Amino acid sequence: MTHTYVDGNALAGPLADLFAVDLTTAVLRCAGCGRTGPLAGLHVYQKAPGLVARCPGCQAVMVRLARTPTRVHLDLHGTLALAVSLPS
Amino acid sequence: MAGGTVRRLAWRVATLVDGTPETASARTMTFHVPDWPGHLAGQHVDLRLTAEDGYQAQRSYSLAAPADADRITLTIQRVPDGEVSPYLTDTMKPGDPVEVRGPVGGWFVWRPDSTAPVLLVAGGSGVVPLAAMIRARRAAGSRVPFRLLYSVRTPADRYYSADLAGPLDGVDVTYAYTRAVPDGWPRPPGRIGVADVNTHGWPADLAPECFVCGPTGFVEAVADILVALGHDPRRIKTERFGPTGG
Repeated sequence: MTHTYVDGNALAGPLADLFAVDLTTAVLRCAGCGRTGPLAGLHVYQKAPGLVARCPGCQAVMVRLARTPTRVHLDLHGTLALAVSLPS
Repeated sequence: MAGGTVRRLAWRVATLVDGTPETASARTMTFHVPDWPGHLAGQHVDLRLTAEDGYQAQRSYSLAAPADADRITLTIQRVPDGEVSPYLTDTMKPGDPVEVRGPVGGWFVWRPDSTAPVLLVAGGSGVVPLAAMIRARRAAGSRVPFRLLYSVRTPADRYYSADLAGPLDGVDVTYAYTRAVPDGWPRPPGRIGVADVNTHGWPADLAPECFVCGPTGFVEAVADILVALGHDPRRIKTERFGPTGG
């Protein structure tokens, strides 16, 4: 069961509930190993109570997103920094 | 705007206009979506079904073609025992509604003003967003050279056979069958390997944009091959769909 993840692209819709910009192109820095890369490149595990996105380098959890009927919970404590390109 | 979150991207009610069998287990479906804002090739939509008891199931599907005004096209692969896809492929009739949200995803996209050569590598139904890129290229009159390497089980499992048969000026299409081949086909059935990508892709020196879409194991294997052949990992964009789907 090593191939049970999809790409960070899968977070595009769920994150659109919260953010006005597309975060899949945002560049994130992993708090575990310092690697940087686009959110779209993270490994997303969907078979969980929420969505869990891990660093493709060290597998540390970088993003957790869960929703209930009334709330959205976003945990970014595995992400040190997040850079979003502004529209030109 | 007084407190609370603003719904940034709303669910809209789409109506099925037309559904055509693509293969024995896939259906190409055109929906009318009022006020569709347009999209880029490679983007996807989230689609949501609500049961009579209120239970909701949501899936993400790639857009298969450029938007035609308020009409969008998806190709849905039936996943046995899936919660969503069997309804879409087998039950849904023209006129029936479904909720969609999108377009979403700005990373796995091809922009018509891009000038780099493009390599598309598809595994099975992963061809959908890549076909959207070929169609967007044609719609834009782009002359950028494209190559599509399409791994599929058998000839009967191919999507968009007529469209991809050509003539496609500037788009080379190569099939790599994994289970069964047509009579006289030179390549024995088997998974895509280094030789396939080396022969039918672009040399790394040309700095092509590479888009790889398919099941996770397939995408992993192809991305590794591209890196081994000297392609810049930053120019390799992937879209994996997992084994769950449905």
